[in-house]
Amino acid sequence: MSTTVRDGRERREAAEKAASERPSLEFGSAWSYAPSPEATDHVVLAPRYGLFIGGRFVAPRSKKHFRTINPATEAVVSEVAEAGAADVDAAVRSAEDAYRKRWSKLAPAARGKYIYRIARLIQEKARALAVLETMNGGKPIKESRDVDVPLAAAHFFYYAGWADKLSWAFRGRRTEPLGVCGQIIPWNFPLLMAAWKIAPALACGNTVVLKPAETTPLTALALAEICREADLPPGVVNVVTGASETGAHLVNHPRVAKIAFTGSTEVGKIIQRAVAGTGKRLTLELGGKAANIVFEDAAIDQAVEGIVNGIYFNQGHVCCAGSRLLVQESIEPVVRRKLADRIATLRLGDPLDKNTDVGAINSAAQLAKIRELVQSGVDEGAVLHQSACAIPVKGYWFPPTFFTGVAQSHRIAREEIFGPVLAVMTFRTPEEAIEKANNTPYGLSAGVWTDKGAKIFQVSSKLRAGVVWANTFNKFDPASPFGGYKESGFGREGGMQGLKEYVELR
Amino acid sequence: MSSELPVRKTYKLYIGGEMVRTESGRSDPIYSPRPKKALLANVSRGSRKDIRDAVGKARGAQESWAKKTGYLRGQILYRMAEMLEGRAESFEKILRESRGLSPAAARREARASIDRIVHYAGWSDKFGALLSTVNPVASSYYDFSVPEPTGVVGVVAPETPELLGLVTYLAPVIVSGNAAVVLLSERHPLAGLELGEVLATSDLPAGVANLISGRKEELVPHLARHMDVNAICDAGGDAALSKAIAQDAAVNVKRVKRYAVHDNLAGAAQGLEFIEAFVETKTTWHPVGV
Repeated sequence: MSTTVRDGRERREAAEKAASERPSLEFGSAWSYAPSPEATDHVVLAPRYGLFIGGRFVAPRSKKHFRTINPATEAVVSEVAEAGAADVDAAVRSAEDAYRKRWSKLAPAARGKYIYRIARLIQEKARALAVLETMNGGKPIKESRDVDVPLAAAHFFYYAGWADKLSWAFRGRRTEPLGVCGQIIPWNFPLLMAAWKIAPALACGNTVVLKPAETTPLTALALAEICREADLPPGVVNVVTGASETGAHLVNHPRVAKIAFTGSTEVGKIIQRAVAGTGKRLTLELGGKAANIVFEDAAIDQAVEGIVNGIYFNQGHVCCAGSRLLVQESIEPVVRRKLADRIATLRLGDPLDKNTDVGAINSAAQLAKIRELVQSGVDEGAVLHQSACAIPVKGYWFPPTFFTGVAQSHRIAREEIFGPVLAVMTFRTPEEAIEKANNTPYGLSAGVWTDKGAKIFQVSSKLRAGVVWANTFNKFDPASPFGGYKESGFGREGGMQGLKEYVELR
Repeated sequence: MSSELPVRKTYKLYIGGEMVRTESGRSDPIYSPRPKKALLANVSRGSRKDIRDAVGKARGAQESWAKKTGYLRGQILYRMAEMLEGRAESFEKILRESRGLSPAAARREARASIDRIVHYAGWSDKFGALLSTVNPVASSYYDFSVPEPTGVVGVVAPETPELLGLVTYLAPVIVSGNAAVVLLSERHPLAGLELGEVLATSDLPAGVANLISGRKEELVPHLARHMDVNAICDAGGDAALSKAIAQDAAVNVKRVKRYAVHDNLAGAAQGLEFIEAFVETKTTWHPVGV
């Protein structure tokens, strides 16, 4: 025991000595990159979009439209319709009609073939979808190109195959579809979240009314166009654009059998109250404040990459972001230095540039929220570390940031920031790490970094979180169930478990 | 010099492994059904404080209960069945007196209750295998999902059948490692309170199951709004109360499973899906490589 203590102290002292002797990285001009923008000329945008109802784009009965912008430039990209109560009603009725007359009568294998078509069409149009996603949401093209769009296609491909295999997924029981599913998705992974929602719903024989987020409607509308190209029966997928009022119309519509919502815990609670006693099925995928736990025996460089990926991926606009770093006290100085060095190398700027690591913050409102919480961190006494990267003049930006000296009571340690801001805390024993990790009403995800297999299983089994990444972070796959414990919501998306949310078992 | 005068039983709540009177000091008389209306007992009318005490005890007990092996949890549930078997006659008597059941009907309910506990005892080390998956992800990771208990579950037990209804909803909640706070049948609480004595003499760790009698309309909101309750098993069979539970549950995103309860629970009201309602799916990823 005493040996361990001495070893720990020696390691810490050696690490501190190394940290103090080593100069911080000097990049000079060696790290500047020539611009490498992705071409946008192949992306055809209409000046104005209607609602996708009954298999075609229609003008909104509300007669209202709103502008959608590129958050990296603040330039208007297009105009989309704002669906009112009558529009949502038309969409739900069209979905109900399609459910009754077409989709529920179709052979399961045929349902699957339609969904396969959608997967293939997404692959064919992958680059245009990636560019559109980046133009409308601000995320780096390398992420929309390599993560969002391929995963969206994979999700459709995966669930397409389940359509005629439900009797194997639920052996010994009969499955029935639910009917019309109202699905409300966030702005952080617009196309991917649409895929997560639509693919399992259709595979199980349901029809869908999808409401994309107010700030990122364009790839959902592109997906609507893909549904048309796939000759999906009219009304099986409907897309109504708008803000929270449109979402409320959908949640409260009496002909909707199920609501699936991904978004904030605050709104999730409102929806849970709203559907109480209506008999509607509900799944909620809500906020998070994930702990990323790094033990002193971890592979430090890999862990630092995981920390960076965990919090700066997609500008930290990730519900499962590793926003609380719990690092064992003995290695905190090393991790802090490596983290500071690493964020200095992250390239912030034009999201369409292939070298960009950190894109634009999704909206002015989100930027204001991030700024407010970061200010609270400073005010409450935490120590701010920020990349000195240049910030473009136009658009919404926030540099990669982390705080040390954070107490668990600080707002930055308790509240979901949904931005590129990490709160670093320390721990001494595994028990302390677990207690701190679980000290949150959220429970979506967590990370564990250690070289000891036994420690991984011990710690991960005690973490109250739906997804645990061990020696990795922010990995997603259509075959892998995703969803939260506690106030991070209920229900799972992905995998065989994701089917259960879209069937009635008899 | 023995006297024929029977010794009456004082029925108490079962909280944290102890038989206690309600903190509020209140009581409600329980009568046998008409026409021979007779006082059977004065039972505790539980209070908000009793609920909070019970939730605290449940939270304290849950983690170590969940950590026990399935084999051990199964043996403990089986022990509950053994204890219930040993007291079957007193349960039958309660069912006859408090609900007016015929001797045959009372016997059927007691037998079915014992069988139900035995059924779930056998699930303890099997549901995990059926609810787990190894997920074939398209990258070099080992990825698997396992069920874990949701945590502290509030159970609103059916009014009737008060014994079989109670074990039907309590056993699948605790077998997976949850701890439960149960609101017993309001009209017929005696069998449930008697079950407390069974639990106290079985090997179930203190706090894993807590049994409270009282007025549901008063108590249910405190259970449904409690921030340290993770889920509600709503088998109360009251539509208005169910809606209120579902609304109150949103305060901390409680999972709510509502069951339509029928008097004939003997047949199909058991199985994996009752366990599945109160477990969470945890997915773990790890890289594969050397």
